[in-house]
Amino acid sequence: MDKLLTLTLGGLTSGAVYAALGLSLVIIFRATRVVNFAQPALALISAYVAFSVNKATGGYWLGFAAALLTGALLGALTERLIMRRLADRGHLAPVIVTLGLLMVLQAVAGMIWSAEPRSFPYAFDFRGTFSPAAGFAVAVVLVVAAGVLVLFKATPLGLRMRAAAFRPDVAGLLGVRVGLMLTIGWTLAAAVGALAGLLAVPPFIYPTALDSVFVHALAAAVIGGLDNPVGTIAGGFALGVGLSFVSGYVGPELVTMAALAILVAVLVVRPHGLFGHAVARRV
Amino acid sequence: MRLLRRRLGPLAGTLAAVLLASACAGAGSTPTGGADKADSAPGVTDDKVVIGTHQPLTGPAAPGYSTISAGARAMYSYINDKGGIHGRKIDYRVEDDGYNPTRTVEVVKKLVLQDEVFAIVGGLGTPTHSKVVDFLNSERVPDLLVASGALRWDDVAKSPTTFGFQVDYTREGKILGSHIRNNLGGQKVGVLHQNDDVGRDGMKGLDQFIADAVVSRQPYDPANTDVLPQITALKNAGAQVVVCECVPAFTALAILTSARLGYKPQFVVSSIGADPRTLAGLLADFAKRGGTEVSAGALLGGLIGAGYLPDAAADDPWITLFKEVHQKYIPTVPLTNTVVYGMAQAYTFAQALKEAGHDVTRQKIIDTMTSGALKGPGLTPFAFGPDSHSGYTGAYIFKVNPDTSTTMIAAPVVTDRENGPIKPAPTTRKTPTEIALVR
Amino acid sequence: MAADTVIAPAPPAPVTSRAGLSPLARHLLLAVLALAAIVLLSMVVDPFTNVRLATVGYYLLAVAGLTVLTGLTGQVSLGHGAFMFVGAYTVALLVVYVPALPFWVDLLLAAVASGLAGALTGAAAARLTGPYLAGATLALAVGLPSVTQRFPDFLGGSNGLGFTVNSMPAGLAGTVPSTRWQAWVVWAVVLAALVLLANLTRGRVGRRLRAVRDDEVSAALAGIHVGRMKVFAFLVSAVCAGLAGGLQAFLLGTAAPGSFTPALSLSLLAAMVLGGVGSLWGALWGALALVFLQAGSEELTHALALGTDVSNNLPLAIYGLVLIGVVLAFPQGIHGIGRTLRTRLRPRRTPARTSADDEGEA
Repeated sequence: MDKLLTLTLGGLTSGAVYAALGLSLVIIFRATRVVNFAQPALALISAYVAFSVNKATGGYWLGFAAALLTGALLGALTERLIMRRLADRGHLAPVIVTLGLLMVLQAVAGMIWSAEPRSFPYAFDFRGTFSPAAGFAVAVVLVVAAGVLVLFKATPLGLRMRAAAFRPDVAGLLGVRVGLMLTIGWTLAAAVGALAGLLAVPPFIYPTALDSVFVHALAAAVIGGLDNPVGTIAGGFALGVGLSFVSGYVGPELVTMAALAILVAVLVVRPHGLFGHAVARRV
Repeated sequence: MRLLRRRLGPLAGTLAAVLLASACAGAGSTPTGGADKADSAPGVTDDKVVIGTHQPLTGPAAPGYSTISAGARAMYSYINDKGGIHGRKIDYRVEDDGYNPTRTVEVVKKLVLQDEVFAIVGGLGTPTHSKVVDFLNSERVPDLLVASGALRWDDVAKSPTTFGFQVDYTREGKILGSHIRNNLGGQKVGVLHQNDDVGRDGMKGLDQFIADAVVSRQPYDPANTDVLPQITALKNAGAQVVVCECVPAFTALAILTSARLGYKPQFVVSSIGADPRTLAGLLADFAKRGGTEVSAGALLGGLIGAGYLPDAAADDPWITLFKEVHQKYIPTVPLTNTVVYGMAQAYTFAQALKEAGHDVTRQKIIDTMTSGALKGPGLTPFAFGPDSHSGYTGAYIFKVNPDTSTTMIAAPVVTDRENGPIKPAPTTRKTPTEIALVR
Repeated sequence: MAADTVIAPAPPAPVTSRAGLSPLARHLLLAVLALAAIVLLSMVVDPFTNVRLATVGYYLLAVAGLTVLTGLTGQVSLGHGAFMFVGAYTVALLVVYVPALPFWVDLLLAAVASGLAGALTGAAAARLTGPYLAGATLALAVGLPSVTQRFPDFLGGSNGLGFTVNSMPAGLAGTVPSTRWQAWVVWAVVLAALVLLANLTRGRVGRRLRAVRDDEVSAALAGIHVGRMKVFAFLVSAVCAGLAGGLQAFLLGTAAPGSFTPALSLSLLAAMVLGGVGSLWGALWGALALVFLQAGSEELTHALALGTDVSNNLPLAIYGLVLIGVVLAFPQGIHGIGRTLRTRLRPRRTPARTSADDEGEA
């Protein structure tokens, strides 16, 4: 029983991270129909900024804030400088460009902070079966997810963002500044991604620290439905717990295989994820 | 489709005929060897010796290993600035293979075929380097001081030009196992091991001494940094001693995860994962938000580890030299045992190069390696001889103090990789002054 | 257009050669010419350049398979490294455990095994679109190689398998350097596969696949079995990748999980887009870029004498920047640079050409 409990709670903690990074993917996907492969690198750079601020000032929360700001800024810059030029270029070009950005940013991280792993603190004490640090991770992810949901469903800004995403032409005619909405979407998503990074990197940060987290986050988003924030959050937690069980009861080498199996099982039954919606056929 | 197949039949036949005619012998049968090119010296000119290595400088394995070549390069710079070996500067070419065996084969072929290096020195990693051993031996390229503790580098008949460096995982496992039986006898032992030959070869040695004390064996996968399930299993099995056949990052993860579960076993760590300075760096930042119980000193204090090179903080003539080189060439890189490893490896190669004489050839440096003349910075001797290409033959045991300094608790011992006894290491060690490699 | 469908390192094949020749004969002729050119080239360059030449060959085949999938059916796979994994391990296992089999049988079985894997993947993926397919195939690339950890005794665990493939006929041993021989074998296989691929995509099957890509519903109404066509495309594409993996195992004598990371799959995809999607010429440019961009940036880095951390990471940064730059500046990839530039210089005069070019795609 002790083992079951430990594995469940451990899985929930990693699941919170998958959910948060998955949420950042969903926000961008809803806005632009792009899967942002550069997301782990944006989060990585943000976390490294937190690392440097921590080192310089000795405080955790200043670094935390700096990371969120960095994430937001990087997101806005990515949209303005790069992604905007790719409008109407199909679904492949954004994949490749964000992959290129991933390489560049990981290389930059290696250049500035070296490939060696560095110690990166948790927000709170990490000891205990369900530690304050784990509790913080789960809580903050749930709060942010709720916030994003309220923003989308219940605020004028959210309404404008949805309009800009689904019918940019009509939204433009109605006076919505479509370009600005896209920038806001990327900024918000990258800030959420930075938060995911801050929760994911402890205890060690190194340039490839978020790669496997990203694969699991993408899996979570695909399982939940890429256009559905609630589904993605649920997918993230479910995947975290599921993989923790596989690792604990079957073997750690099977974790990636299990992720594949879960993904295939879900997609065979529901090709657009558990909670996703099929996009109407383009005519 | 039917139409297509009919039209393409003859075509497929024509092009496949090229292959058919070409290869009728079994693909796995042994090819005949090439000409003997050993008695030459490619890469050696009047003022230069070109050598190469493959290291993971980027990618998933770079953390932990990328400073080895920095240490080696610093040592070569030091030697070159002092006039080189026999008037020749050592041109050290580091190729990044990202720990990807495909890349390893590519970059080693580049080094050998295009850069025409004299030797490959300190190629890093078992999955990577094992794929180039046959190539290097068929080309008769000296393949010296491989940076891995796998057993396969010591195969004189099949790989006459390949030589190991660090103590192999089985020898070290025996020494750790014997230490546990003699000093921690009667306690339940758990093993956390990497799921490759680091773990498998290591357990072969451990089990000669403590097989019946082991209550749980937990493998970890280097790609999966969540070791909570494994540590939970070790805790539930009641292991009082945890042997960690791990790389440094996973030693640190195991220690942190144990702290997370309130589990306090006696950690016993093999040399590859026991560098106290690397570990202290990894564990530096948790006290501020987790309390002093999780300071690096508190987490590491009492940890037992193995080593074969002098500790980077030890009072040792070699460390004096290494500190001087470090200060002069790479002051910004922390002086860890990993950096010491790179420096010791470079020094050992330079020493072999000097012993091989002014008119060095590939065969001569191999003869020098097997001559037994090399007395390097290590605290145990090399096994190098006509019948063995193993590197260091043993290890000492140390304990980490609460201030993360170390104290040797068991003097260096040597053993073999089979069932032979463990004996005290000979005390004759040479100092850098005695070797007088450079002026 | 003929030049779009068959690869030759020499100048583009003259269009006049189509007179009187069936496409098949033309492709075959071009392949033989290309092989002759490769053989000549392999004689004048040094041994290591021969290794690189062979490397370009197998990457070309893998990228060509991918471009057929994406160009013809619109499906994007982020997991083709997994099929290379299947091909490489098939060859490796046969060489190690059934050493009596000749190499060409090993390769054929690698094609069969990867085709099987491709058909299975295709069947599972037939209903998936866009990012869902991307996510599933990426999970395949991440997940499949870990099977080696589950069966460490048979598949070698994380060390994988190392071996030497003996393919040289007894008569040639000693007269032809092994790297040159390897380049010939790789390119002979690659060109044979490309001829098949070019004919396949230009014929009835190709038209059906394009119909599926353009409009699944209309294609179904026209009597095309949409699901079956998609599975078929995946199968063909996986066979190409599997052969490429088998050739890689042959060339480098290694099959290990560390070689088949998601980074491999993603770089194949990147090479395809870099070269130009949907065209076999584009696959060649992509494969060349994959091999020589990295080599060039590493040499540049060695020459610059920068700090360790900077120089370690510079090649990665350069590759990323080139990727972004080319995709932003040249929507058609390297293969379309000329066309893009022409369009830019004379924006109003060229649209009539594009339809003719489209016809020759893939």
